[in-house]
Order: sequence, then C-alpha cells, then structure tokens
Amino acid sequence: MRPEKKQMERRAFLRISALAGGGVMLGLQTGSQLFAQGRGGAPPAPPDPHNYIRVAADGTVTIVAKNPELGQGVKTMLPMLIAEELDVDWKRVKIEQADFDDSKYPAQSAGGSTATPTNWLPMRQVGAAGRALFVTAAAQSWSVPEGECTTASGRVMHKASDRSLGYGELAAKVAGMPAPALANVTLKDPAEYKIIGHTQTATDLHDIVTGKPIFTIDMKLPGMLFAVFEKCGVVGGKVVSANLDEIKKMPGVKQAFVVDRPEVKGPSLLADPGLVSGIAILAETWWHAQSARKALKVEWNEGPIASQSSVEYAKRAEELSKQAPQTTVRADGDVDAALKGAAKVVEAAYSYPFISHAPLEPQGATAHFHDGKMEMWTNSQQPGGGRRQVAQTLGMQEADITLHMTRGGGGFGRRLTNDYLVEAAFIAKQAGVPVKLLWSREDDMTHDYYRPGGFQYLKAGLDASGKVVAWRNHFVTYGEGERAMSSATIGPAEFPQRFVTNYSLLQSTQSLGIRTGALRAPGSNAIAFVTHSFIDEVAHAAGKDPVQFRLDLLDAGAAPQQAPAQGGRGGGMPGVNADRMKGVLQLVAEKSGWGKKTYPKGTAMGVAFHFSHRGYFAEVAEVTVDAANKVKINKIWVAADVGSQIINPGAADNIVQGGIIDGLSELMSQEITVDKGRVVETNYNRHGMVRMAQAPPAIEVHYLKTTYDPTGLGEPALPPILPAVANAIFSATGKRVRSLPLSKSGFGWA
Amino acid sequence: MAYKLSVNGHTSTVDAPADMPLLWVLRDLLDLRGTKYGCGIGQCGACTVHVGGVAMRACLTPISAVGAKPITTLEGLSPDGTHPCQLAWQEIDVPQCGYCQAGQIMSAAALLAKTPKPTDKEIDSAMNGNLCRCGTYLRIRQAIHRAADLAGNGSTKSAAARNEE
Repeated sequence: MRPEKKQMERRAFLRISALAGGGVMLGLQTGSQLFAQGRGGAPPAPPDPHNYIRVAADGTVTIVAKNPELGQGVKTMLPMLIAEELDVDWKRVKIEQADFDDSKYPAQSAGGSTATPTNWLPMRQVGAAGRALFVTAAAQSWSVPEGECTTASGRVMHKASDRSLGYGELAAKVAGMPAPALANVTLKDPAEYKIIGHTQTATDLHDIVTGKPIFTIDMKLPGMLFAVFEKCGVVGGKVVSANLDEIKKMPGVKQAFVVDRPEVKGPSLLADPGLVSGIAILAETWWHAQSARKALKVEWNEGPIASQSSVEYAKRAEELSKQAPQTTVRADGDVDAALKGAAKVVEAAYSYPFISHAPLEPQGATAHFHDGKMEMWTNSQQPGGGRRQVAQTLGMQEADITLHMTRGGGGFGRRLTNDYLVEAAFIAKQAGVPVKLLWSREDDMTHDYYRPGGFQYLKAGLDASGKVVAWRNHFVTYGEGERAMSSATIGPAEFPQRFVTNYSLLQSTQSLGIRTGALRAPGSNAIAFVTHSFIDEVAHAAGKDPVQFRLDLLDAGAAPQQAPAQGGRGGGMPGVNADRMKGVLQLVAEKSGWGKKTYPKGTAMGVAFHFSHRGYFAEVAEVTVDAANKVKINKIWVAADVGSQIINPGAADNIVQGGIIDGLSELMSQEITVDKGRVVETNYNRHGMVRMAQAPPAIEVHYLKTTYDPTGLGEPALPPILPAVANAIFSATGKRVRSLPLSKSGFGWA
Repeated sequence: MAYKLSVNGHTSTVDAPADMPLLWVLRDLLDLRGTKYGCGIGQCGACTVHVGGVAMRACLTPISAVGAKPITTLEGLSPDGTHPCQLAWQEIDVPQCGYCQAGQIMSAAALLAKTPKPTDKEIDSAMNGNLCRCGTYLRIRQAIHRAADLAGNGSTKSAAARNEE
C-alpha cells in the first residue's frame, strides 16, 4: 500500500449549527465530530464498493455519483476517481446520481470546496476495492494466485495461461463477495493514471445542450400542482389576514392557504427558521399561481426589524469605529506601542456591502406526501440538514423522508440553507397532492441569506526600512455581543497574523434583522479585498514593489504552523504555508511579466494573493481605465497551488475562470441594501453581473504542482481577484477605492 | 382562450390566458422544459427561444403576440443534438451548472444564422443579454467560433441539411 498523507484523516465537513443570536453558522469540523452528531452517534461503515459500482453482463460499468451537482463538476470528478482505480475505460462508464442516503454515502454535501480533499482517498479506495473483487473472482475461477493477475480496461488477465475475463463476465460472482477493507487496497502510481489528470467532459453535457428536463425546476409528477409562496418583505413578518376567498376564485387556482410556522420539535434550529409565515397559492401552472399572487391583499405584522436600514447600519458602524472595540479577537505583541514608535503609520477605513447569491435557477423543490411518507426532489447543497429540518418541522421521522438529488442551476452557498425545501414539504403535506414550489427571482433576492456586509478600520506601522511592525484592525460586523452572524467573522489567525509581530484584531458588533450566510469563499470574498488592498497601500507607502513587499512579508512568518492548513470562512488561516504562497506569487509574477512591462498612462497591473479553503492563489490583473473611470480588463493571470494533482483539468480551468468572473461582479456592481427592513434590490437589473462583453478576453491559469494531497477549486480562486483589480486601478489612476462595489465610486466597465 | 402554436415543427393547441408568457406555455402546458426561467423581466436570457427565426425572451412574450410564427426551442434546434452549436458546446465542454446554456445556445444559433463568421465584438453584442452566473463566457465565445467553423465546413448533419435546402 502506498502511504497516504496524514492530513487526509483530518478532513473537514460542513455542518449547520444553531447560533443563539440568530443566523446560521456554517462551521468546519472534523469527520469524527460529524459522525458523532449523526443519528445514533456511531460512525457509519466505510464506503462499500457495491454501493458505488455496478457492472452489467455486457461490461457496461455504472458508477454512482454521491454528491449534489450544482455546476461544480463533482458528478464527473468523483466517478473519475473510482473509475481510475477500478481500471475501466471511461467511455464505457455510465454515471448515476445517488439519492441522499447517509447509511451508504458519507459527506453528501456541496460546500467549502471539500469534495476533493474529503473524497480523494476514499473514492480511489472504493475503485481499487472494486478492482480487487474482480481480481479475486477471476483468480478463483482459474485457480491461480491473485498476484499473477493484472487488469486493464475492465478485464482481468492471466498472462502465464493467456486467459482473460471481462468484468461483465465476473459481475454475477462479484456481486455476492464481501469487499476487502479499504485500508488494505493497493492504489495506482499516479504516473499510470489514464482518467485522473485527463480532461473528461461533464456528465450531463449532452442532456444540457439538448434541453432535457434534468434540473430541479423541471420535475414533474402526475397530478402535481404548481406553488408560489408569498412571504413578508420584512424578515420575520407574519400574516395577519389575507383575501384568500378572492384568490381561490382566480383562474387556474386550486388551493390557497396561510402557513403559520409550526412549533419546531426536537433540537431548536433558531438559526435557520426554515419555515416562515406566508401564503401558499397552488395552481394548474406556475403562471396561474404567480398571477393570482399579484391580486393578494395581505395585512402583515412586520415585526421589530421594519425600522432597519443600510443607512443606519453605516452610521452605527462609524460610531462604533470611534469607540473602544467591544472584543479582542487576537492580540500579539504590543500594537499601540509599535504604532507609536513606527516611522510611518498608514490608516484606512474599508467597507463592503451585503450581496445576494442569486443562482440562476431560483429556489424550489418538488414534494409528494403519500402514505405517511415524504418524497422530495431537491438541489440542496446540504440535504442532510434539509431532511433533519423537514422532519423537525413536520414532526416526522427522518427515515420516512426520501430526498432525490436533482441537478441544481448553481448554488454558490445559497442552497446550504434549506428554507425552500421545508416550505415545499409543508405545503405539499397540507395540500395532499404533489407540489412543485418555485420562487420568483424577486422572492430569491429579497429572502436570501446574504453575504454579510462589514467595515474594517485598519492601521499599519512601518519601521524606517519599510518593514511592517504593527497591524491593527477594528472590525465592525453584525451580531450580538461577541458572536458574529454567519460568515460575518474574521478568524484570530487571519493573514497577516503570524507575519507581523505586533498584531491585533478587535471586533464590535451591531444587530441585524436580515439573515446572512455563506457565499462562495465565505469570509474570504470580503477579507481578501480589504487585506490586500490595504497591504498594497502599505507597500506604496513603504516605496516598495507590491510583489516584493508581499514576498518580504511572507518571509517574516517566523512562527511555525499551528494547525492543519484548512483555511476558509472568516479567515482561519493558522496553517498557511508561507512557502506555498510564495511559490504561487512568484509564479504569477513570472507568467504575467510583472515589473517587466511599461504601460501608457491609464494602464497598469495589480496583484494579490489569498489562502482559503486549503487553496493557495495569487493573481495579477492588467487593466486600462479611461478618463471617465471606465475599466477594461485586458488580461488576468492566475497561479494556484492545490496540491499534487488536478483531477479534471478542463473542468478545473472552467471553474477557476468562473470564480474570477464571479469576483469581478462582486467587485464592480453587486450590492444589497435595506430600507424599512426590506431588501431594495429585487432582480438582476439592480444587482449586476458581469456580461459577455465585460468578461476579460483571457484568464490564464497556471497550476503549481506540489507534493500535498489535492484540494478543491470551487472557492479559493475568487477572493484575490477583487484586490488584484482594485490595486491595478490604483496603479493606473492613483484612485484608491476602499468601499465596494466600485460602481458607487463612479467606476464602471468599459 | 385557445391558441394554435407551431413549436419545433409540430402544431399544438393550448388553452391559456392571453397574457401568459410563452415561457410558461412551453414549460407547463407543452412540457418543453428545456427553456428556463431566471428573472422574468428579460434580464438574464435563460428563456431565449426563436420566434419566426428571431431570438426572443419567452418570459416577456405573451402567447397572444406569437400568432402563426413558428417557435423553435432548444429541444427542436436539431433532430438529434447535432446543430453546430450543440456540437461545439460539447467539444469545448462549456457548461458548469448548465442552467443558462439553453438560452445561450439559442442566442448563439440566431447569431450564426445571420452572421456565419462572427467577430468577438459581434459575439459580445449578440450574447450580452444572456447572463451566465457560473461565468463560462470565455468558453461560450470559443464555442461560437468553433460552431461557425463546423457550420462552414459542412461537417455536421444540420449544416449539411441546410446546404441542401
């Protein structure tokens, strides 16, 4: 057996945990913790290859894809790992989506860029165990030692006697054999890989380009009704009365009823209300339901947050910034003394807004309650949490709830919360017929778990040589007391902690009515912008080249690594490996020709790096800004270290480029504001996204292969692009923008 | 009210309110669910179909405005998934989540029908109404150029069929 790195055992899973102050906290915890909190508390049995692999008599191989697919490519990537070690031809593999079933499949979720690090070892072991079964079966048939048998392309060979058997011919025998222990299987030398490391196109590609109804929104059942669910524009608002008699008479409407949040049984999920008060309208088409909704007259009790507004949040943050911080998150050395003694002090206030996930497929699910059991079709990123929440809300046993996992039109973290799943279940149970619930885009954008806005008040001190000797951040965020809301935290080890001797991270909170949650690269998607814009300011103040200044800063990290390098939400970079970060920074400088080009006025490069979700990314953007502040991105260079192996190179490039483009949208134009407790921006026209004409002509992606186990790509590519472009704009124009989105400061795309 | 529609070469009669958008007629009455809902206000282009050969946003097209014009959806773009765009999209492996791609392909197909060899600028302009939340724009651009090549070479069935017409 080939030795595997220890860090695989520390794989982390996402979970939802209740937070007293409201909001959902998505925390990383180790596998053993996750298993411990499962039903019964016993760790599940290790993956059994029989649950993942089926071979038909004709040799066709079916591999089960266990995780939810929302565009991250996992329905292709995980089966590739199995197929490689099973030693079959990829073109003969059929892929089947698993239902949610935690008795067979561990960690069936999509979030935190965890699919690769969590599954890299066990899914290859599953394939290798499958291969071992076929070898054993063939050796027994021939009465030869297993060691004399080899495999290739779904066949077992015995060279000495010139015999071979296809897996299909052995399938019936293998079906009754127990699988070997995963820890005992032999894995391939990566040099032998025929599938891993070679681009395989997406599993559902043909269905997508021919319009097959494979998405969650496409589900259809006999006798199904289409539902809309009207909620109060102010989060927490409750229905007092509504003109339901009138609505029920409208064309195509079959049912209309008020939904009151029932008392939740079992452990409280204060954080995620799941079901909130509202009005369900069920009709023969979605359009009929949505049209009837326009005639709704509802009296709402809007509740306590109806007085909140973004203007007030900003005002309050400003006040808090001038007061003593409420909490010390981290204090190393003596920041105040170091600032006092510094040759130069740089000070700046940064801020960033709430933003919405807005996946293109709006939230929705199909539910059918029959014979005391619930059957659902969902694109949840967290189906386990969803099933638990449905069970608690409806007073059902989890075993009586079946979740089919259907393709999702994007997730980006929105579908980690299961509010729409609980709504669909509740409505279908009450209606007594199959129900497809679909939110409108307006429902989606006004009832999101938003990326939290935030305010950071920074001070850095430089010594006479231009070295950073002090770093102070007063972070004003949302929460109650010491507890910040979901994704509204900065971890005590956020960069440049450990790299600056005198470092303090201080925090104050203000309360918030709207809900927050994890958006792609949670925490990091805002932290990287602030940290690396400010580092750029400090580099310029020190009169140093921005790349060299960062390399020097990384060299200053004398303290050893303190914990496994997971990175992620709200910082949490105790394990950041300075050498890996320097590696990608040097690579991106080399590939972009950093410092070697001379540009006309208005054109410049900017650089930034960030470590999140175990991935090391450094990025350079070359921009041209005209006199009217119109920004054109000429080119972007990306250098990434996500370990020893890029499993599916074509898909990897695609998702890295997509992450960059996503980040550009956040940088330039996305902002959710609140007025009278309601979200103001209700559709894409007010929450802009990069379009084709604005997409950079080229995004060049380079991978620095290292000896570490492979990690994920869904998230870590995004954070550095915001400061890289902002820093390029500064170099091109001398304008330093410290508040997102840039459009608020008069910038726009060329 | 009853409307007679020609969709993907078939004639169907549907009973629908005059203001019902073509999108929901296709999806919920005619069971053609390849066309997607994204915004309902013509901002995202996920619902793009051809009406009388022109790319239209089905979410903003009331059924009463369609008349006798033939409608083509992604399901009817080619009989067997071999329209040059469908081939190029697969070759380049364009989609991530795939939800917007029906609209992207329909916009691209309409562009290529009028402009067989589009420049990047022409592509940007024709495709600017189609959002891709996953950010696959670079690949869409590449796939449109590839589709133009495939159509030009007559190397596909649908291109061949077009040449015979």
